[in-house]
Amino acid sequence: MITTSGLTKVYRARGREVTALDGVDLHVREGEVYGVIGQSGAGKSSLIRCVNLLERPTAGTVTVAGQDLTALAGRGPRAGRELRQARSRIGMVFQHFNLLSSRTVQDNVELPLEILGKSGKERSRKALELLDLVGLADKAKSYPAQLSGGQKQRVGIARALAGDPKVLLSDEATSALDPETTRSILALLRDLNRQLGLTVLLITHEMDVVKSVCDSAALMENGRIVESGTVSELLATPGSELAAALFPLDGEASGDDRTVVDVTFQGESATQPVISQLARTYNIDISILGAAIDTVGGLQVGRMRIELPGRYEDNVVPIGFLREQGLQIDVPGHESALVKESAK
Amino acid sequence: MTWSEMQPLLEQACWDTLYMVGWSTLIAVVGGLPLGILLVLTDRGGLLQNVAANKVIGQIVNIARSLPFIILMVALMGFTRSITGTTIGVEAAIVPLAVGAIPFFARLVETAVREVDHGLVEAVQAMGGNTWTVVRKVLVPESLPSLISSTTTTIVALIGYSAMAGTVGAGGLGDIAIRYGYQRFETQLMWITVAILAVVISVIQFAGDYAARSLHRRGAHSGPAPRLRLLKAAS
Repeated sequence: MITTSGLTKVYRARGREVTALDGVDLHVREGEVYGVIGQSGAGKSSLIRCVNLLERPTAGTVTVAGQDLTALAGRGPRAGRELRQARSRIGMVFQHFNLLSSRTVQDNVELPLEILGKSGKERSRKALELLDLVGLADKAKSYPAQLSGGQKQRVGIARALAGDPKVLLSDEATSALDPETTRSILALLRDLNRQLGLTVLLITHEMDVVKSVCDSAALMENGRIVESGTVSELLATPGSELAAALFPLDGEASGDDRTVVDVTFQGESATQPVISQLARTYNIDISILGAAIDTVGGLQVGRMRIELPGRYEDNVVPIGFLREQGLQIDVPGHESALVKESAK
Repeated sequence: MTWSEMQPLLEQACWDTLYMVGWSTLIAVVGGLPLGILLVLTDRGGLLQNVAANKVIGQIVNIARSLPFIILMVALMGFTRSITGTTIGVEAAIVPLAVGAIPFFARLVETAVREVDHGLVEAVQAMGGNTWTVVRKVLVPESLPSLISSTTTTIVALIGYSAMAGTVGAGGLGDIAIRYGYQRFETQLMWITVAILAVVISVIQFAGDYAARSLHRRGAHSGPAPRLRLLKAAS
């Protein structure tokens, strides 16, 4: 649905060049929620703003819903009619909501429809329908200043949906909100994604956002995407930083003669009670040092750190058993063994 | 001078002042608003970025603003004659007043429009709006409280300028104060004109502030009442 290839953005200011995006290849499938996470300054903002060409990429192409937007943009800094039409089919929500303070909530939602040249009657019908969808039907006549942050963002979302977009871009939409409001806004995005089949590309610096709504995620560092994939793909990738951040594990071995094993659950294997099977089969005592398990898309995924009695050499058989169950096993401190295994 | 002698003089002077200031304010707003917006749009990083045009407009505005009004008035005599057919009288005074006020108002508009959050501009661009849409739907409505304050400031400045317009026989309160109050030692009449000017300026300032505040506060309280209050304040 959204594809960028070789996307590069270089800012020039007073003779100095800053590379914000350095050849970004991003692929967002139709109907998924895709999260791009990174520290501030990693280029996330430039990336999302290049997708609807609010920012002109220095090089590379952006394709949204099969339309090459970079080709529509032309050379000049101003957006031509075709690009503006394409933009009207891409919704965007902002960190600071960007609602017009001089307009009521309803008039704010009607604004994109005014730009599209819809009649007054159609505009107000559509606006009220959208406000109902985001749960703010009773606030239509209020001004943004009278709303809470979460309500403002709901208005922002209703406004972004006014043009019946297939794609929604979310630029740190929850970063200015408290944790509870963040959850409700993310739940709303999730609902819209399911109900309307909306493809959502969101950028954030909060791992929780990715964890709670995203089907896929990408990690950005220094203008590059260093990891990307669906959540279970990331989990399956040995040494994935994103997986480690999404499912953090800690806990030290309680003694020298113990073996720490990290078990990654994803897909079918998560439904099997493997830990108790292991304990019964080999008659060993297993301690759980830490676990991070979540339900993503109806499947349990996550990681667990367990401790087995005895040294690594003594536990080759139980570890082999776990591997046979289709689990991904990492033994911290025995990376070489792991690499050999995954090379097979 | 008795009150019955002063009254018709003052009445005529009031009307002349209001007439001059009213028309020149109207022209200043019509001319200065687009000029001020253009100054923002053509600036570096603006929607219509054109640094050369920005420099030229900025220079013209600066020069026009730095000229003392009395010199501007004399310098523009030829231009005034070509428009009004005369260089004396109330109509003739409107021309230099308007020409002087346009750059003054334009700078105030520029400052007001620059205050508008760039995120709003971006939001409208993301919806597919063009530059004209941004001006109409964002820049002007969002800066309206400041624009109203700027208009108030311009009106007050124009009342001050209009006193000098008396030198081209335009009449008005300032002219009365000079001719009767100063040159004929009618101190009483002079103080009356000063009082009238003070009252007029206070009323305009109050009405302007009230209108700007009502608009600005919109939404801080409930309901669409500010719109109605604005109408009352203006009338």
